Amino acid sequence: MSTPQEAAVAPKAGTGFWKDNLRDYGMLISLVVIVIFFQFATGGILLKPLNVTNIVLQNAYIVIMALGMLMIIVTGHIDLSVGSVAGFIGGLAGLLMVRWGINLPLAILTCLVVGGIIGGIQGYFVAYFKIPSFIVTLAGMLVFRGFMIAILGSQAIGPFPPIFQKLSSGYLVELISSDGGIYVTSFIIGLIVAALMVWQNFRSRARRVLHDVESEPMAFFVAKNVLVFAAIAFVAYLISSHRGLPNVMIIMAVLIVAYGFFTNRTILGRQIYAVGGNARAAELSGIKTTRLVFWTFVNMGVLAALAGLVVAARLNSATPKAGTGFELDVIAACFIGGASAYGGVGKVTGAVIGAFLMGVMNNGMSILGIGIDYQQVIKGLVLLGAVCVDVYNQRR
Amino acid sequence: MLDPVLSAAEKPPILEMRGISKSFGAVKALSDVSFTVREGEIHALVGENGAGKSTLMKVLSGVYPHGSYEGSILFGGEERQFRDINDSEKLGIIIIHQELALIPLMSIAENIFLANAPSRFGVIDRDTRYLRTKELLAKVGLTEAPETLITNLGVGKQQLVEIAKALSKDVRLLILDEPTASLNETDSAALLELLKEFRRNGITSIMISHKLNEITEVADRITVLRDGRTVGTLDCHEGAVDEDEIVRRMVDRDLESRYPARTPKIGDVIFEVENWSVYHPQHSHRQMVKNVSMQVRAGEVVGISGLMGAGRTEFAMSVFGRTYGRDITGTVKIHGKEADTSNVHRAIKAGLAYVTEDRKQLGLILAEDIRKNVSLAHLGGVSSSGVIDDIREMKVAQEFRTRMRIRSHNVYQETGKLSGGNQQKVVLSKWLFTGPDILILDEPTRGIDVGAKYEIYSIINELADAGKAVVVISSEMPELIGTCDRIMVMHEGEFVGEVAGEEATQENIMRAIMRRKGR
Repeated sequence: MSTPQEAAVAPKAGTGFWKDNLRDYGMLISLVVIVIFFQFATGGILLKPLNVTNIVLQNAYIVIMALGMLMIIVTGHIDLSVGSVAGFIGGLAGLLMVRWGINLPLAILTCLVVGGIIGGIQGYFVAYFKIPSFIVTLAGMLVFRGFMIAILGSQAIGPFPPIFQKLSSGYLVELISSDGGIYVTSFIIGLIVAALMVWQNFRSRARRVLHDVESEPMAFFVAKNVLVFAAIAFVAYLISSHRGLPNVMIIMAVLIVAYGFFTNRTILGRQIYAVGGNARAAELSGIKTTRLVFWTFVNMGVLAALAGLVVAARLNSATPKAGTGFELDVIAACFIGGASAYGGVGKVTGAVIGAFLMGVMNNGMSILGIGIDYQQVIKGLVLLGAVCVDVYNQRR
Repeated sequence: MLDPVLSAAEKPPILEMRGISKSFGAVKALSDVSFTVREGEIHALVGENGAGKSTLMKVLSGVYPHGSYEGSILFGGEERQFRDINDSEKLGIIIIHQELALIPLMSIAENIFLANAPSRFGVIDRDTRYLRTKELLAKVGLTEAPETLITNLGVGKQQLVEIAKALSKDVRLLILDEPTASLNETDSAALLELLKEFRRNGITSIMISHKLNEITEVADRITVLRDGRTVGTLDCHEGAVDEDEIVRRMVDRDLESRYPARTPKIGDVIFEVENWSVYHPQHSHRQMVKNVSMQVRAGEVVGISGLMGAGRTEFAMSVFGRTYGRDITGTVKIHGKEADTSNVHRAIKAGLAYVTEDRKQLGLILAEDIRKNVSLAHLGGVSSSGVIDDIREMKVAQEFRTRMRIRSHNVYQETGKLSGGNQQKVVLSKWLFTGPDILILDEPTRGIDVGAKYEIYSIINELADAGKAVVVISSEMPELIGTCDRIMVMHEGEFVGEVAGEEATQENIMRAIMRRKGR
C-alpha cells in the first residue's frame, strides 16, 4: 500500500533514513504480520480469493471516509458525525431512488451535493464560528441520525435499482473470456498498476540521483520495489481468481491515489499540514486557514455521502441502523495509521493501512468464531497499542 | 549559618558540580564541566545557545536523573543523586524556566500553592493560603490581590509570581533561566533589584542570561560555557569585568564590534504609512495606534524604539495584513502607489514581510523540517500549476541554508530541534524567499546568542545594501543604535521622537519617552 508519491517526497539517507521511515514501514510490517498470523490461524481461509474480495468490499467505505477524516485530523480537528451522515445519505438515496423513482445519476449527484452541504454547515461552525469541532460534529451526529430515522420512519427501504447495486456488488466487465477460472482483464490491470508504481518509484529516484539529492540505499530500494510489485501482483491474482475487480475497489484505488497526490504534492495539501502544525504561523504566512478548514469539512461530507451510497448499495436497502459506529472505525483507522491527535501529522497511506489492519482483524476474528464482544476488546487494545508504539517511537 | 566576617570570595560552596559529562546519542552536550556556586552569591551562567547551559541546569535539577550523566553533584557539602525534579526541589533547588509555567485561568494564590496547598484533612485551607500568598507577594514587591487571575497580569508580574512560588518552597538555590528576556526595562530593573535583595537575605541564585549589561550589574561571579565545556569563571569583585571580555570568552573569537559596519546607500522613499490608526480587538474604545505616519527609503534601516506596550508590534501587525486590531484606518503606499495589505496574502504580494517577535508560536511550524518552513509563505515559487516540485523546494532550502549559515545536518532537520539563532535564520529565510521590498523585523534577536546576533545584523545590512527598506522593532536600545540609520520612538501608540542613527544614544531615546510621560 505505498503510493508512488510517498516515495517521492521522502528523500533520506543513512541511519536517519531508517529512523525516519520506521514509522511508515512499521505500520506496513504490522499489517503483513497480522495477515500472516490470521492466514495460519484460520487454516488458509483468510487469503482465499473469495475472502480477500470480501475484505475489500467490507472495508471500502471505511477507507473512503478515512481519506477525508485524515485531512480533518491533520488540520487538528475531528468529525464524529460521519457515521450518521453516511447513514442519512443512505436513507436519502432510498427515498430518492426507491420511493420517488428519480433517475440514478441525478439521485447520486443529489446525495453527494447534500453530503457536501452537510459538511459545509459543520465546517462553517468550526472554521468561522470557532466552535470546537468535537462539539459541532457531536451535535451533527445526533441531528443526522435523527433526520435519518425521520425520513425512513424506522423501517428499511429497498430494494435499490439493479444498476445502483452494481456500485458495491458489481465487478469489472471482462474483455477477454475467462473460462480458466482467472479473470484475465482484472489480473492484467493489477499487473499494470504494479508496474506503474514501480516505474514511478524508479523515475523519482533517478530524478533525485540526477539532482544529487540524498536517497535511500540502492539495495533497499530494489528490495522495496520487488516487494511492492509482488504484493500487488499477489492481491491482483487473488482478486481475479474470484470474480475479478470489484467496482468499489476501483473507486477506492482511484481515490487513494488522488488523495495521496493531493496531500503530498500540491500546495493546498501542504497548507493543510501547515494549518495543523501551527495555525497562527500558517496564517501569518499568508495561508487562508479558516477557508481551508471549511473545505476539509465539505470534502469530508462528500466522502461520507459516497460511503453512505456504497453501504446502501451493498446492503441493497436503506436501513435506520446503517452507519452506526462507522465514525469510530474511521477515526481509529487514521490514528492506527500514524496520524497525530494534535494535528499536523498523518499520511493517506497510513490511514489506508490502518483501515485494512482493522478490516483484516475483524474478518480474521470472525472466521475464528471470536464473539463480537471480544472482537471489540481486542480492537480497542490494538488501537491503544498502536498509538503507544507511535508515541514511543517519536520520543526516542 | 553564614559568618558575616567572611567576604563573598571566602564563603563555602553551596553547590559543586564536578566533571559533569552528558551525551545525547553521538552528540556530547557537556564534557567534564565543573561548576561551583558559593553560598549567598548571584552566579551568572553565560554562553552561546547550545553551549550547554540548559543541559547543565537540567542535570542539576534532576530532569536528567542520576546515572544518565557522568560526574558528581555536591549540594550543601553532601553528594546528591537526584532521581527527578522532586528530589532537587525537596532540598530547595528551584528552577524558573524561560517559558513561564503558570496556569492562566487560575488565581495567583492557586498557582503559588498548586501542588502543596495548605490544607486540613485534605480540604484546602483558603484563609491560610490567602495570607501566605499575601506575604509572599509582598516579598517580591507585588501589591496585587491573591485572587487575581494570572491572565490579567503582565509578563513582568507573572515572572514575579513565579518567583513568589519558588519562595513558597523554602528555596535555597534559585535558578532563573533568561528571567528578563520578555521583560521591559522597568520590570527588568525591578527583578534585578529583587535578586540583590535575596542575596542580602542569604538566598543563592544562578542566573542564565544573554543580557550582559544586566549580568555585570548584579553578578558576583560569572561562569562561561562554550561547546559543552567550562571556559572559566570570572570574579566581579576582583576588578570590573568588561562585557567584551565575556563575549570573547563565549565565542572564542574577536568580534570586531558587536555590530557589523555598513555604509548606507539610501534611495527614494519606497514605504509610506499615513494616518495609521488601530483599535484594540476586544476593548473597541482603546486606540492602540494613534494616527501615526512613517516613511522608509530604499536601503534604509529604521528602528522603532519604545517601552513594552508602546504599540510597536500592534502597529506592525496591523499594517501586515491586518493581523492585529479592529477599525483600522490609514493608507500604506509602496513605491509611491497605494498598496492593498488587507490580508496577509495581499500584503506579501505587495512586497511586505513581517518577521514576528515570537518565532516559536507565530513564526515556525516546529514539527516540520527546514525545507517546508522556508517555502511556506511562497509555495508558488517552488511549484507549477499547484503541484510542488520537491527537488526545486529542496534546492531553495539548501541555498538559504548556505547563504544564512543555518547550522543543521541538512534541510530535513526539524526546526523545533534547532537553536534559537538558527530558528530565527529559518524564519528570515522564509520571508526572504517571498522576495519582499520591505521587511519589518520584530525583536529579531530576542533570546539568541551573541554570535548569532552578529550574523542577523549582517543579514540586515545585506538586505539594506540590496535596496530593501528595513524596519527593526527592538527593546534593546544598543541594538537599534548599532544597526539603524534612523530611530523612531513610539510611546502609547504615537511616534514621540526621531533620532538620526549617528546621534542616537540611550539617553536621548529615553529622554524622548520620558518627556512625553512627564507631560
